Amino acid sequence: MDIALITESIETLLGGVVLTLELTILSLLIGFGLSVPLAFMRASRSQWLSMPVLAYTYVFRGTPLLVQLFLIYYGLSQLAFVRESFLWLLFRDPFYCALLAFSLNSAAYTIEVFRGGIQSVPPGLVEAAQAIGLSPTKIRLRIVFPLAFRTVLPSYANEVVGMIKASSLASTVTLLEITGLARKLVSETFAPYEVFIAAGAIYLGLTFLASRLFNLIELHLSGAPPDKARFPWLLKLRQAL
Amino acid sequence: MKKLMLALALATTMGLAPVLAQEPMKVTIATEGSSPPWNSTDPTGKLIGFDVDLGYELCRRMGATCTFVAQDWDGIIPALTVGKYDAIMGGMSITEKRKKTIDFSTPYAVGFNQIVMRKGLGLPPTDAKAKLNLTQMDASKQATIDTLRTALSGRTLGVLRSSNSEVVVNELFGKVATIRSYDTNENMTMDVAAGRVDGTLADYFVLKTFLESKDGDVAEFYGPMLNGGPWGPGAGIGIRKTDPQLKVAFDKAIASANEDGAIMALTEKWFGMDMSPPK
Repeated sequence: MDIALITESIETLLGGVVLTLELTILSLLIGFGLSVPLAFMRASRSQWLSMPVLAYTYVFRGTPLLVQLFLIYYGLSQLAFVRESFLWLLFRDPFYCALLAFSLNSAAYTIEVFRGGIQSVPPGLVEAAQAIGLSPTKIRLRIVFPLAFRTVLPSYANEVVGMIKASSLASTVTLLEITGLARKLVSETFAPYEVFIAAGAIYLGLTFLASRLFNLIELHLSGAPPDKARFPWLLKLRQAL
Repeated sequence: MKKLMLALALATTMGLAPVLAQEPMKVTIATEGSSPPWNSTDPTGKLIGFDVDLGYELCRRMGATCTFVAQDWDGIIPALTVGKYDAIMGGMSITEKRKKTIDFSTPYAVGFNQIVMRKGLGLPPTDAKAKLNLTQMDASKQATIDTLRTALSGRTLGVLRSSNSEVVVNELFGKVATIRSYDTNENMTMDVAAGRVDGTLADYFVLKTFLESKDGDVAEFYGPMLNGGPWGPGAGIGIRKTDPQLKVAFDKAIASANEDGAIMALTEKWFGMDMSPPK
């Protein structure tokens, strides 16, 4: 094993971090945006609202992300009407194909996470909110969702970490994010061991940062005063807010 | 007698004297499986093609039992070095860069590579029947390449990852065109057909098969047929450096198959022309 090659590889691969983060953060944001209303539909007692969403999450959670990505990237490009429509401006670009696949996949998982949280909110709280005359939308946004979000935060953090790792699949549709660059580097050096160790180290760093961030958010939402010795800046931030 | 002496000497020096009494040698050969007519996978999943036919023919001459396995191109050399299989027959060109990691047999075929571009891009016409060897460049060859470079600037080119074409494309057009790397030739030609990339540089026969397919009429050959340079002297069998007796066996089998015309017959069967190496 060649330690110098590992450090060299890390330097090269850091060039892919921006694309990895772009893909991950944008898909998580889009996934989040889609999943909040859909999670309420999924948690609804009405079959008409919950069944279509269940069908969606069932399909996207029940098939591999790689297959979804290939269907969107290689599959759609086979259809002449897609190539001739304005959609082709988006689907011609591998970035948007990957972004669409990741967003839809992430939304499916996030819907089920949030659905669990929404159903765990005690009915008494909702009734109390109704009693003081809050509108159904306000109850959902001000009472149910914040409580649900706090409950499922650890599971949502899992989804975020999972998305960082899943973004490596973008390398299969010619995108040069961390894994794409790593594969390119392997083809130049024939040293898969060193190069993929370097790539793994970078992913480990990213997932570490993500889990720390969620630890802090969890701590913040739990309402407990932050540990003064460990998080003096967090205490200040809170006081400032 | 000389040959027997040599074999004995070899066997003794390698501490493999008992090999004479052993069962037939077992050799696992890897190929990529999506580069017809070199190698491809038939609808039942069986590996077929020139590499596979010649591989079995060489093994017959070596008295070895051979099995073919499929392996993605970008991992095909690392998996050989760690011992997942014993040899690579995938139309792989013998190059100095690869020789740093693995050994090669003598060339078993000599091929061509060419650029394919989508029609209707308004590119200046070129002579697609001309041949250009990149090994010894002169002023007129350089002029042809410069014309190509001007024609392709601003275009997007797809290329097979870890291939010599990738080296050539990066060297010749890396500064003027956008380069995208693909896992397989099939995925790459699909994107040429779809118009995600404007063209590609790859093995002549891989592209000929694509152009003759139903999706292929959107593109055409562009510029001269290329070989030499980073593509090296031809296609060889990749073998681990720690496996010199296998290289000797393959070299002998290739020489004999080339001598009696078996390689010529197989190249004519699969490629429609004689691509046997110089004798």
